[in-house]
Amino acid sequence: MNTSTPHIEVMRSQLGRARGLGAGQSGTAHWWAERASAASLLPLSTWFVVQMFRLGGADHAEVARWGAKPCNATMLAAVIITTFYHAQVGLQVIVDDYVHGKAHLPARLAVKIVTSLLGLLGVFAVIKLVAGGSSSK
Amino acid sequence: MQARWAPIQRRDRDGVQAPMQDIRKALYVGSRSDGTLIERPMSPHLQVYRYRLSMVLSISNRITGVIATGGAALGVFWLGAAAKGPKAFETARKVTGNPLGQLVLLGWLGSVVYHTVGGIRHLIWDAGHRYDKEELNKDGPVAVKVTAGVSAVLGIALLCVAGRRRHARAKAAKVS
Repeated sequence: MNTSTPHIEVMRSQLGRARGLGAGQSGTAHWWAERASAASLLPLSTWFVVQMFRLGGADHAEVARWGAKPCNATMLAAVIITTFYHAQVGLQVIVDDYVHGKAHLPARLAVKIVTSLLGLLGVFAVIKLVAGGSSSK
Repeated sequence: MQARWAPIQRRDRDGVQAPMQDIRKALYVGSRSDGTLIERPMSPHLQVYRYRLSMVLSISNRITGVIATGGAALGVFWLGAAAKGPKAFETARKVTGNPLGQLVLLGWLGSVVYHTVGGIRHLIWDAGHRYDKEELNKDGPVAVKVTAGVSAVLGIALLCVAGRRRHARAKAAKVS
């Protein structure tokens, strides 16, 4: 075959093409979601570490008073949502890389469900802390 | 760069393309857009590589990511306990206050710090910097040292702050 003809090498197998394997068309968005949430987590987790210095060894009243402040609650909710979103996106890559065959779909669903529920639990805890704080004052 | 994969000629006596029997093999057959069949490159198996720090750091970023998620789950339970009330929070403090719990918390802290350092490196690479072989090998040990330093300082400082606050409260309780 004439190798000097300009051409692009298609590095996909013919069986793969016949089976419809290959790019799922959502890779770039997924990659961006991972980076954007990672970059957002830099200031958010720094804030969280600073708060832990304020709360280390604190008792319930102190934590409740801290969580009742709207600013803290907002940042806390942002930390929780971004953390579990980033975890979901990242764990999905790990599942895609290492879990094959029949276990793949259940594993992927489990990642989605568990990270979503944990995030929801965190957000509702924040809401309860804010609500509880305002009523007691 | 010259391709290392060779065009494959698998034909029977009549010059007809021989049918592929093995699925695994078939998935390695690709075609160029000019029609030639080629054998796709296969990445070498993990065990044929000589040990490098960079590969440990690479997989560590994933492992610490998983541990950080587990720690975040514990953090959410802690927050849930605080939201539930003083009694639940006391139970949570029994977990965070005992040595085993604090070891877990330190592990979480170290994982988050490493994952953050690794993440920053990834963002730098994505921006197109520090991705040459020499730069990678130079930055790896730095990442390890930064992780160790930051984790140790944060861990000790947090333990001190928590201990002092607990101590002060115990003293106040005794006075009153």
